[in-house]
Amino acid sequence: MSMPYYVAPEQAMKDRADFARKGIARGRALVAIRYIDGVVIVAENASQSLRKVSEIYDRIAFAGVGKYNEFDQLRVAGIRAAELTGYQYSRDDVDARSLANDYAQLLGNSFTHGMKPMEVEILVAEVGGDGSQDEMFHIMYDGTVIDRPNVCALGGESEAIQTRLASEFRDAMSLAEALKLGVNALSGADRALDAQSLEVAVLARGDRRRCFQRVGRDDVASMIAG
Amino acid sequence: MPVFQPQNDPGANFPLLLARAGLVPDDSFEGSVPPSPHATTCVALRYDNGVVMAGDRRATSGNLISHRTMEKVVEADRYSGVAIAGAAGPAIEMIRLFQVQLEYYEKVQGRSLSLEGKANQLSAMVRGNLPAAMQGMGVVPIFAGYDTAREVGRLWAYDMLGGRYEEREHVATGSGSLHAGTVIKVGYRADLSRDDAVMLVSRSLWEAADADSATGGPDVLRGIYPIVATIDADGWNLVGDAELAGVFESIRSLVTRGSAT
Repeated sequence: MSMPYYVAPEQAMKDRADFARKGIARGRALVAIRYIDGVVIVAENASQSLRKVSEIYDRIAFAGVGKYNEFDQLRVAGIRAAELTGYQYSRDDVDARSLANDYAQLLGNSFTHGMKPMEVEILVAEVGGDGSQDEMFHIMYDGTVIDRPNVCALGGESEAIQTRLASEFRDAMSLAEALKLGVNALSGADRALDAQSLEVAVLARGDRRRCFQRVGRDDVASMIAG
Repeated sequence: MPVFQPQNDPGANFPLLLARAGLVPDDSFEGSVPPSPHATTCVALRYDNGVVMAGDRRATSGNLISHRTMEKVVEADRYSGVAIAGAAGPAIEMIRLFQVQLEYYEKVQGRSLSLEGKANQLSAMVRGNLPAAMQGMGVVPIFAGYDTAREVGRLWAYDMLGGRYEEREHVATGSGSLHAGTVIKVGYRADLSRDDAVMLVSRSLWEAADADSATGGPDVLRGIYPIVATIDADGWNLVGDAELAGVFESIRSLVTRGSAT
């Protein structure tokens, strides 16, 4: 009988983390920024139909980078968890923090016990009654949850993008200002991004129950130009 | 957080998800059901740009009025509405499940169900209520909406077994449906404007309330009016109480005209 090779736990975790990070770094990044009416999410995405950003519940949005089938599975799981809670109890009982915790459990479990870790990073954002109650949770491939108060970057080169965002962020920006900040942070100094390669959505406070809205490419183009 | 193997995945079907999560109550009960609130008259008709739906506000338990402000006509999603008559408890639960299902489907699939798909979905839910219907807890809804693909208003009537019948002009359900339906039948034209359609459904509910004890009329003292809503290319819109007060005031003047008061 052959014995399996001994691999130190530190090494096994490092290998898994390297594997996940490599997968995530291959994809394009996305950012989320708080603005005066809520949260705007800007993703670099050439596809019009395969979405990275989507609606989870009345005040909650989801965004994912990395392997599409994996974060899409997480997106649907989030919608299910939210709808089941809302149906069983009340729509007011659905919140981003408990969703983020559930996601963290799922990702953490897959990282330590799965055949392979999931090659994704996800964002769960929620708008509150006013800006001070907005929340953004950045969840890593290993289940680490980071609470981001104002800005959040996910995906390849996310550290550089996060730094660019944090240095330029101001409270109570307009949608156009926040969008421009997001686009500039994503593109960096060396290249420009146009509306055709962007997917933009907002969680906007207002009279409507459902706060999630996509921003069309024409509107994005005019806001970037303006 | 619910995660399923591909062969067990409930997809975009929320009732099936509830079943997989073990959250469906046991509906089998024996013996007779004690008197419980019943909802009554609802109507819907097509006008030139869409559909209008209306329902009175009364719920009755036997010969007692159990509720004066019931909302039997509700928004299902942006482009459709559902009206219910029958046992109030199962009906309210059915509407809630229907609303969640439409939104759940839209979010999971990234696009809304077609209007016909929504009508079919409701049909399955009515059929699912059959055991309760056999105990006198039947639910008979009306489904109406604006078909954004065909750019017309459409409406459907149902029976207690889940039978689904698309109607071209108008439909009425509940205990006052004979009176309300007759009023609409006499006054109906295919080119009714929105305002004329609102007037006609209001008149039909007034006549039903006048002849059927289970149908509530406008309660001017408390300011309670029927729920009237239009659905057209702009989506679902409730007709405000101020407008309805005016509509019923003109009905009053029609009804009392020439009388020796």
